[in-house]
Amino acid sequence: MERSELTLMQTDPVIERAIDTSQMKVTDEVAIQLTGMNKWFGTFHVLRDVNMTVNRGERIVICGPSGSGKSTLIRCINRLEEHQAGKIIVDGTELTSDLKNIDKVRSEVGMVFQHFNLFPHLTILENCTLAPIWVRKLPKKEAEETAMHFLHKVRIPEQAHKYPGQLSGGQQQRVAIARSLCMRPRIMLFDEPTSALDPEMIKEVLDTMISLAEEGMTMLCVTHEMGFAQAVANRVIFMDQGQIVEQNEPREFFNNPQSERTKLFLSQILGH
Amino acid sequence: MRDLLVEIFGRPHGIVLYQLLDATQFTIYLSLIAFVGGGILGAFIALVRIAPNKWGKRITIAYIWLFQSTPLLMLLFLTGLGVPRLFGMNIDPWYAASISLTLYSSAYMSDVWRGALEAIPRGQWEGASALGLRFLPTLRLVVAPQAVTIALAPTVGFMVQIIKGTSLAYIIGFTDLMTIGKRWANAPVAGTEPYIIFPLMALIYFSLCFPLSLYSRHLERRMGTVKTLRPVAAA
Ligand SMILES: Nc1ncnc2c1ncn2[C@@H]1O[C@H](COP(=O)(O)OP(=O)(O)OP(=O)(O)O)[C@@H](O)[C@H]1O
Ligand SMILES: [Mg+2]
Repeated sequence: MERSELTLMQTDPVIERAIDTSQMKVTDEVAIQLTGMNKWFGTFHVLRDVNMTVNRGERIVICGPSGSGKSTLIRCINRLEEHQAGKIIVDGTELTSDLKNIDKVRSEVGMVFQHFNLFPHLTILENCTLAPIWVRKLPKKEAEETAMHFLHKVRIPEQAHKYPGQLSGGQQQRVAIARSLCMRPRIMLFDEPTSALDPEMIKEVLDTMISLAEEGMTMLCVTHEMGFAQAVANRVIFMDQGQIVEQNEPREFFNNPQSERTKLFLSQILGH
Repeated sequence: MRDLLVEIFGRPHGIVLYQLLDATQFTIYLSLIAFVGGGILGAFIALVRIAPNKWGKRITIAYIWLFQSTPLLMLLFLTGLGVPRLFGMNIDPWYAASISLTLYSSAYMSDVWRGALEAIPRGQWEGASALGLRFLPTLRLVVAPQAVTIALAPTVGFMVQIIKGTSLAYIIGFTDLMTIGKRWANAPVAGTEPYIIFPLMALIYFSLCFPLSLYSRHLERRMGTVKTLRPVAAA
């Protein structure tokens, strides 16, 4: 599907800039493949027979009611959660209990959390260089240059020597994004990156995410920011009770939802 | 030193005081051995306890349970009197006391440190995992440095328990403040009656323990105020 045809729907005042779609290309190459994936927490069947293929360059928004398994789904993709049945293949590597495979996948996949999960005892710069130095074995100087490059990108290079506790929520989340990018991932996962933020800070984080999308990053975002979904996503996935209920390109998804559950959900989040 | 004390306090008090202070050094040495030994062993046990390994967890839980529910005096009897008799050999009271106190303090310190490690939010582990850091690097670079600030106050506080604990070692023939004090208290010398000697000993123990208590309290209070903004240097 060609994104540039889609007219920008200004339903959400948060997205107010034009989006450069020239680099946003969905390729034929498969980045993530889930087949017949199931997960239980004890006896609770949290993900039911999930099948999903994500191609490189896709920007996918996952939405659904609370408790539907959105977080669990994306946490399975970098093995923060273990699935019990079915297959997850990320960039050609199947996730099993094999630590080598897990390391490999995690080095390809970055993740941004709702509560940032920055390391409070390290400076912003140290947060960004820790993994490149210890996992990628980069020399300190090189790691710091990379870190400064990405801190520039998220537009807070001047905070490099502060501690996370000294930054606002929006700034912390941008640091978290920069920290992830320092590992040069090919895929980024976002789990409600703006839900813990005050409204005035949501925009700056979404802006950063839009820039990433503009550069062609493969992204999976759990979010309720429907303006972001309409502006950036090439596909919206709706989950309920551990299943993918419906998925479509954003315009169709919002204007012409098929299932009753999707309609109900959309009326609840857009309707007020 | 001895002559000086005799000059100031006269006989026998100068001599008594000198001998008590002289013996106090062994109380301090034994406390340090127990603290360092128990600290290292305790740290190792805390690590195995939180590592993702079922058997490690079970064994360390059993260890902690065993040594926390055995009176220190029992441990001293066992290592100082029981084991030598069983194997028909002599064990230096130094070894017996060091081993007993190390085992005793490791069981408590591992608990303090486990608590501190577990107090670090799960998000810290997840953030590090998502970046590709494995268990040990995460522990060393992310979790332990934060846990140290939590564990410091109770660790210093526990040192008081160790110092007081060493006083039991006299029972297996370890020569420390307690041994010398008791000897004087029992001696038929005028001026060394128990009601003089024991308060004196209490005063010495107090002056060892009280500064530690104060320091621990100070650390605890400082922890409380810097929790939100914590520019602690990276370990
Ligand atoms: N570690 C866990 N142990 C047991 N149950 C869990 C665990 N994590 C999540 N669950 C349960 O699994 C279900 C799905 O959780 P998940 O966090 O994936 O939902 P979600 O769609 O992300 O919801 P939200 O919008 O509230 O974040 C919920 O019912 C939750 O209570
Ligand atoms: Mg969630």
